Amino acid sequence: MTNGFVAMAWAIAAKDLAIEWRTKTALVSSLVFAILVLAILYFARDATAVSSFEMAPGVLWVTFTFAGMLGLNRAFLLEMENRALDGMRLTKATPAAIFFGKMIGNLVFVGFVELVSLPLFILFYDVPIWTRLPILVAVMIMATLAFVSVGTLLSAMVVRTRFSEVMLPVLLLPFLVPPVVSAVQLTWRVLADRPLAEMTGWLSLLGAFDVVFFLLSLLLFEAIIVE
Amino acid sequence: MTRRDKALRTARLGTFVTSAALVGVALVYVRALMFTPIERFQGPAQKIYYVHVPVAWSALLAFLVTGVLSVLYLFLKDRKLDLLSASSAEVGVALSVAMLTTGPIWGKPVWGTWWTWDARLTSTLFLFLLFIGYLVLRGALTDFDMRARYSAVLGVLALGLVPFIHMTVYWFRTLHPAPVVLKPDGPSLPGVMLVTLLLSVLTFTVLYVGFLMQRYAAAVLEDVREEEAAHGLP
Repeated sequence: MTNGFVAMAWAIAAKDLAIEWRTKTALVSSLVFAILVLAILYFARDATAVSSFEMAPGVLWVTFTFAGMLGLNRAFLLEMENRALDGMRLTKATPAAIFFGKMIGNLVFVGFVELVSLPLFILFYDVPIWTRLPILVAVMIMATLAFVSVGTLLSAMVVRTRFSEVMLPVLLLPFLVPPVVSAVQLTWRVLADRPLAEMTGWLSLLGAFDVVFFLLSLLLFEAIIVE
Repeated sequence: MTRRDKALRTARLGTFVTSAALVGVALVYVRALMFTPIERFQGPAQKIYYVHVPVAWSALLAFLVTGVLSVLYLFLKDRKLDLLSASSAEVGVALSVAMLTTGPIWGKPVWGTWWTWDARLTSTLFLFLLFIGYLVLRGALTDFDMRARYSAVLGVLALGLVPFIHMTVYWFRTLHPAPVVLKPDGPSLPGVMLVTLLLSVLTFTVLYVGFLMQRYAAAVLEDVREEEAAHGLP
């Protein structure tokens, strides 16, 4: 990895984030969407039978997944306008650098949405987890990494198809089963203040998924953007 | 011999293989119903085992073939590999429907419920949905090379996903019968039942091959027609 590689990847990520920061369309809509999902799911239960605390882990991850997916489509849709992707490929940027750049952009985007909705989640669902926050944040980072690696690859694919907005969830959601289920299991244990020994299994599953799918996505990305 | 002639020959051969397999399915069922003892605890309901297990096997085989051919396509870039892996995915989806319908029919009398979020049910359901996504993606792309590359990428990803989905839902909890045939200390099935099952597995594998040949021939014919249209030939 030369200095040029990092510079290229960073330039692409910075460009995407600058565009997003100036318009804030996707960011604001993803945030509002996340808050709406948190609020709607609170009422989607029998309040006398199911406590909000029991629902909380599932709600958190459904919210993150759906809100994150809204943002993923945006990364490559931008590049379809005026055939910007072709232009990008004419520069010195290698496919790997483009993938990294796009992935960093997506990570910052999804990470921002998650960081803003997390306090709201804690507030709405009344889960006092301030002391265990570091573990929860670690789980969030791992699951988000999994989500964003596959998501970046698939979103590069679906932008070339008709109905890309529907196509992304259909293709991406099966891949989110392992990371989201692991994350929910881990979150449940974090909220219940279970010992770390009960989490190692799910943590290693999530970690292995991160490694395998990050590498697979990186390797396969070239096959997506070459003509 | 042109591609069209070859495809027509494959189609004829495929029809023959499929017909032979269908006769085989009928014979296997005669054996299963008349000459194989009724299971002590599950009663006659267990007879569906001789369809459910083989059909599940051939569905998973079909998806495995798609995955492996996808890997090969990314290296060799051969049109045939793409058409074959797409055909296998389509046959796999059809066989999965048979698997996912015979399962609940068996589950209702034996487990007392049509559906349960058991490990294997769940993982095959996700696999089924994933391959429907694969077919939908192919439908949404028109350029041959792009369609082939994108679906190969998805096929490779799917191959990587299967063990993870399996682990995930397995840890969640399982109710499915534990393996009775493929396990370290040998099959625990009575000999007669085992023979019926293996005959059925063999028959359904041949049925898969027959379906695959026919679907592949159709895919090649479609491809030939598209090429002719592109070059303005009759």
